[in-house]
Amino acid sequence: MSDVLAVAEHRQGELRDVSFELVTAGRQIADQQGGELHLAVIGGDAETFATELNLDGVSVIHTVDAGEEFNHDVYTQVTEQLFEELQPGTLLLPNSVNGLDYAPAVASRLDVPLVTDAIGIERDGETEVTREMYGSKVETTIEIDSDAVAVSIRPAEWAAAEAAGDADVQAFDADIDESAVGSTVTGFEEVAGGDVDISEAEFLVSIGRGIEEEDNLPLIEDLVEATDATLSSSRPIVDNGWLPKNRQVGQSGKVVTPDVYLAIGISGAVQHVAGMKGSDTIVAINTDPNAPIMDLADYAIVDDLFDVVPQLIDALE
Amino acid sequence: MKILVTVKEVAEAEDDFEIDGLDIDDRYLEYDLNEWDEYAIEEAVQIKEDGECDVVSVTIGPERAEETIRMALAKGVDRAIRVWDDDIAATDTLDPATKADVLAAVVAEEDPDLVLTGVQAGDDSFGATGVALAETIGFEWGAVVNALDLDADAGVGNVHRELEGGIEELTEIQLPAVLTIQTGINEPRYASLRGIRQAQSKPLDVSTLSDLGLDAEALESPLRRTAMYEPESESDAVVFEGSPEETAVELADLLRDAGVVEG
Ligand SMILES: Cc1cc2nc3c(=O)[nH]c(=O)nc-3n(C[C@H](O)[C@H](O)[C@H](O)COP(=O)(O)OP(=O)(O)OC[C@H]3O[C@@H](n4cnc5c(N)ncnc54)[C@H](O)[C@@H]3O)c2cc1C
Ligand SMILES: Nc1ncnc2c1ncn2[C@@H]1O[C@H](COP(=O)(O)O)[C@@H](O)[C@H]1O
Repeated sequence: MSDVLAVAEHRQGELRDVSFELVTAGRQIADQQGGELHLAVIGGDAETFATELNLDGVSVIHTVDAGEEFNHDVYTQVTEQLFEELQPGTLLLPNSVNGLDYAPAVASRLDVPLVTDAIGIERDGETEVTREMYGSKVETTIEIDSDAVAVSIRPAEWAAAEAAGDADVQAFDADIDESAVGSTVTGFEEVAGGDVDISEAEFLVSIGRGIEEEDNLPLIEDLVEATDATLSSSRPIVDNGWLPKNRQVGQSGKVVTPDVYLAIGISGAVQHVAGMKGSDTIVAINTDPNAPIMDLADYAIVDDLFDVVPQLIDALE
Repeated sequence: MKILVTVKEVAEAEDDFEIDGLDIDDRYLEYDLNEWDEYAIEEAVQIKEDGECDVVSVTIGPERAEETIRMALAKGVDRAIRVWDDDIAATDTLDPATKADVLAAVVAEEDPDLVLTGVQAGDDSFGATGVALAETIGFEWGAVVNALDLDADAGVGNVHRELEGGIEELTEIQLPAVLTIQTGINEPRYASLRGIRQAQSKPLDVSTLSDLGLDAEALESPLRRTAMYEPESESDAVVFEGSPEETAVELADLLRDAGVVEG
């Protein structure tokens, strides 16, 4: 029960970053218990992926021939079978969009308790998982009273493993019940094309829910005009239809790395931060001094945007 | 055709708050319908408007939650169920697996063709209840759905799943199914005055665990919250102090120094 089984993630022929982070998190947990780290690569070009993931601290990599792309029914069945075979104490999955699509099903089928979106895991005897609540305003610890646990880890929270290893690569012959596969992936579509590419901009003025109403947007547009900046936003602005999808920064939008990212009325939710944390200089205007965006900001004004932005336009003209 | 929409009343913390034991002190919490569930409700109501179907909403929540449930009724949901009793009230962690077990009992009674949930609850953000429910009741499922085209005759839902990086996955999902709905899939309507009036006379039934054929054992969970705290600030931001006029001048200088504005 001291072993860890982590399941890698890939899409359209490439391993996703979180796979390498799972190795780091998995190694950490296995070390706490003196166990081994097993990795599963399900589908795609599993052999090649296994070579890339042959990293220090991985004991065995199980490759599974199971279609080109992720399918939650297949992943659920394969993970269940690998778990039954290896009997690990910890099942580690990514809290990615695909993780959301199979982790709860696997846990439910195995009757193993699941804690999602972990940012910290302690396993020595007891299992204690750290996660956030209330839009990252607080952290909580959750104790799991069970010998076997499933945990999904937040992407970009653990460092990516890099050092080469000498794991055993073994093909695992999963027995897929096709009649239980009730979903078919028929393709992919890229969204958010269009006139502007915010990822090219040097200076982004980015607006969030703090703007309150669509009628208030002209204020920000005036600032954009006064500065020659490019306008981007957090998700709710796009969800509301106030700006087109190609303006959205974040996990499901664009990743941007401007010289200056000016976040106005944006709290800094993890899915937003995923898209802008690589900016050179981050400036936040927010009424809440404890908003998570402040952890990233290089400069901040803790004040009402409706007071500050007009003054800023004045100061620039 | 019948659609069951799960909804949760979520708590939102004010900017300044205090933690009392294992949760934020209730004085600093405001309650509202979960953002993701608003989109799930709208999606169900739009499907209803396109053809014949019943839309029932279910929540596991205290009496206070009836305010948010009435909003769902006002927007076009036909009937609502609220599951609650003393045992649930005494439980500190209702984790997704537990909620899935309770909701499964409601599904058994209602026999829906489609269950819509939100991707996540804005307060505890487990993002797991919908898919756990699907597995528990043996439905097919799809998580993080941002487009849905239902083909009831063929018994499939054609969905887009919103992946990372502006990529959507196109998937055919066999019905009956549970779909977890992502924000932006539609434009949730405001409740009309007429809708709000009508909501007053729509059925809102309260079920206890025993009404659902469950007992307090269903609430037993290996998960226990043992601490809540404000994370230590990692912020090393230079905070501009002063009136908006003063801070704006400092920011303008900064932007000039960074070379992103002229002057
Ligand atoms: C699967 C998934 C994918 C997601 N993808 C993305 C994504 O790609 N991009 C994204 O942005 N989000 C994404 N989200 C949503 C994300 O979780 C948050 O809900 C969202 O980022 C919040 O946007 P916000 O900061 O504008 O709003 P809020 O969190 O509501 O924050 C508003 C902020 O404005 C401040 N404020 C209010 N009034 C004023 C004022 N007058 N002056 C100054 N400040 C003020 C408040 O203090 C607060 O900090 C995703 C969520 C999920 C589940
Ligand atoms: N107490 C509850 N009652 C009814 N539905 C819920 C409840 N908690 C969560 N849900 C549903 O499950 C979704 C995901 O919640 P969670 O897994 O807690 O993040 C929510 O958007 C709701 O639709």
